[in-house]
Amino acid sequence: MDTLAAAAQALPAPGDAYRPGFVDPTAYARAGADGHSTLELAVRGAHCAGCLRKIESGLAKLPGVTQARLNLTTKKLTVSWTTGLQSPAGIARALHDLGFHSVPYDAGAEADHQRASERFLLRCLAVAGAASMNVMLFSISLWSGGDEMGAGTRGLLTWLSALIALPAIAFAGRPFFRSAWRALRVRQVNMDVPISLAVGLAVALSLFEALGGGGDTYFEAAIMLVFLLLIGRYLDLRLRGQARSAARRLAALQVAVASRIDEAGVIVAVPVREIAPGDRVLVGLGEQVPVNGVIEDGLSTLDVSLITGETAPVESGPGAAVYSGTVNLSRAIVVRATAARGDSLLAEITRLVEAGEQARSRYVKLADRAAALYVPLVHSLSAATFVGWLVFSNAGLHGALVHAIAVLIITCPCALGLAVPAVQVVATGRLFERGVLVKTGDALERLAEIDVVVFDKTGTLTAPDSLTLERGEYTPADLQCAAMVARASRHPLARALAAAAGPGPAAADVHEVPGYGVEASVDGARVRLGAPAWCGAPEGGVGATAQLWLAVAERPPVRFSFTDQVRPDARETVAALARQGLEIMLLSGDRPACVEAVAREVAISNWAAGLTPADKNARLIALRDQGRRVLMVGDGLNDAPALAAAHVSIAPANAIDASQAASDLVLQGASLAPIVETLEVARIAKRRALENLGFSAFYNACAIPLAVVGIVTPLIAAVAMSASSLIVTLNALRLASRKPGP
Amino acid sequence: MDILLLLVPAALLLVVLALGAFFWAVRSGQYDDLEGAAARALFDEDQPEDETRSR
Repeated sequence: MDTLAAAAQALPAPGDAYRPGFVDPTAYARAGADGHSTLELAVRGAHCAGCLRKIESGLAKLPGVTQARLNLTTKKLTVSWTTGLQSPAGIARALHDLGFHSVPYDAGAEADHQRASERFLLRCLAVAGAASMNVMLFSISLWSGGDEMGAGTRGLLTWLSALIALPAIAFAGRPFFRSAWRALRVRQVNMDVPISLAVGLAVALSLFEALGGGGDTYFEAAIMLVFLLLIGRYLDLRLRGQARSAARRLAALQVAVASRIDEAGVIVAVPVREIAPGDRVLVGLGEQVPVNGVIEDGLSTLDVSLITGETAPVESGPGAAVYSGTVNLSRAIVVRATAARGDSLLAEITRLVEAGEQARSRYVKLADRAAALYVPLVHSLSAATFVGWLVFSNAGLHGALVHAIAVLIITCPCALGLAVPAVQVVATGRLFERGVLVKTGDALERLAEIDVVVFDKTGTLTAPDSLTLERGEYTPADLQCAAMVARASRHPLARALAAAAGPGPAAADVHEVPGYGVEASVDGARVRLGAPAWCGAPEGGVGATAQLWLAVAERPPVRFSFTDQVRPDARETVAALARQGLEIMLLSGDRPACVEAVAREVAISNWAAGLTPADKNARLIALRDQGRRVLMVGDGLNDAPALAAAHVSIAPANAIDASQAASDLVLQGASLAPIVETLEVARIAKRRALENLGFSAFYNACAIPLAVVGIVTPLIAAVAMSASSLIVTLNALRLASRKPGP
Repeated sequence: MDILLLLVPAALLLVVLALGAFFWAVRSGQYDDLEGAAARALFDEDQPEDETRSR
């Protein structure tokens, strides 16, 4: 018994299971030839000069550490130490003690690629900027003082412009030329095709004029266009990189616990990273398979959509290979690990982030479709302008070509293409910073439309780690028996019961009925643990506390009562949402007495109790049929169908994996307050996206006729086109007002 | 206008110098963290660097 008690001491408190811990970064450290080792860590929660100083000076004090440097923009910390004097785990622990969570940074491809592209664009930008200013110097002299100059001076200035502009365009235009070439090679067009064509035509025409010894040249328009476009490209790349690294950080911090079965058959909750190949792991209903492995026992249905994209669940039995990230949908299974967590984690994160990025929003799809139609339109319009001017006026070849170039430049659909993605990148980036993981591309658009918010009770409005088992009339044997069943479930009450009983074996042949309870066999007898009515207890239960009932064969059912507390900010969050004119509802599977108590505490007047998962789902569908747009906030297995049926859904960090998989947004941390900010960001983002779409449509409607009738020169076209793209990007950036985090 | 023969090469030389300096700055990572450097300037140097290293 002593060893059991000691093991219970060593176990994390129930709440720790939900709190992101620190990940052992040993595998990510690199030992250099000069006797120094280097480790790169992504740090969460560092926002200001104070944090920077705390981290850098705190780590520099550690023995052996030679350098600690935090990049505040990317939140990346680089630590070097004399090999042997310090360990990577020691550094991560010290950082943890300073109050900052950290995860190893994938020092490989992703980060380096981002940095390399940023530097490449920055160099192009610098060359284009310097060149365009110098070319402009000569062009302005030519425009203003052309009459006073001799032909020789004019020629000199023209050729100097060419001398600067040609190599600069060849160097700085590469991002556009390469992209256009890639598209053309697969017989497609993108926005870079008209840009490259316009720049190429302007340069060719100018060279022809310069060789002919006179006439107007457009070197300044070509290089200026490249420069202004590069500004937008650079901003876009930087924002995307920041949003992506924030998403990776969040995804990596979703460190879960796994139930390891030791040799004696005792279930021990351990951090997933401690699972080694060969370990046996119990994967309960609704849980995610923590590491790659092989099913040893049990027959279940698995959701592999995150791994293969296959949406239909797959039946798997003993001997089948399973991959981390797979969600177990029907029965508890035992998996023997074949790989360590570290090997599968990064791949899993990458999949998660990519899945989110690929799910594109409706507005982006709309803008993409418009842009795809628009590019051929631009080419035909510009060709028509050329032919029109050539045939119906005396402008000649030169004049017709200049007008055609102006049309090509001014109609580049850059603003249209940037209008929505820019807003989305800024909005999701801001939410990532606040600990909200946006899983689908159109989640924010749908969130902006909601008018009803539906909350679940247990684990959502109430704090999952505040549940404690009360003393009652149960015997220790009852508790041990109930715990064997409870260990196979992820329900908050079952977890609290299992935690109270300490580590031990799990029951066999477990079957969980969402909304009712768990059924299993213990010592040959059928045992049920769950809702009162399901276990043969008096309907409605006893008192206003959360409770589980244990029914063993024909014996009268035994009651386990739990005290719980609502989350500290639940009432405030509900009030803030109600102030925005949203209707708030509480739908729970729990007994009326309990639900009423919580509803009163958080001031929700519209509540319903005793609902089965099917009832919840039916209520949401009924609301949808009335034309209401519902935001569902829930965490449990019984919420998963409702989360999927809602217009948009949010799962808190403690939610079961199946619910996180079904929801559009996942909150990190123990607070509900981010819901209010997320909603606010979603609404502003929608407004900005519509403003941007409207503006770019307006710009094109005004600019195209002007260019076609020949009022606009290529230079003015370049400035107008770039200005429209910049306005769209800057409008999106207004969303990013970053308040320092707590 | 003969002065142009002096001024234009001088201007071009300055541009090349400025670009060279900028390329060097990008390569040595000066643009990788635009926020940290601003914050770091506020620190007091209350521990001489040698002392931290030897500890």
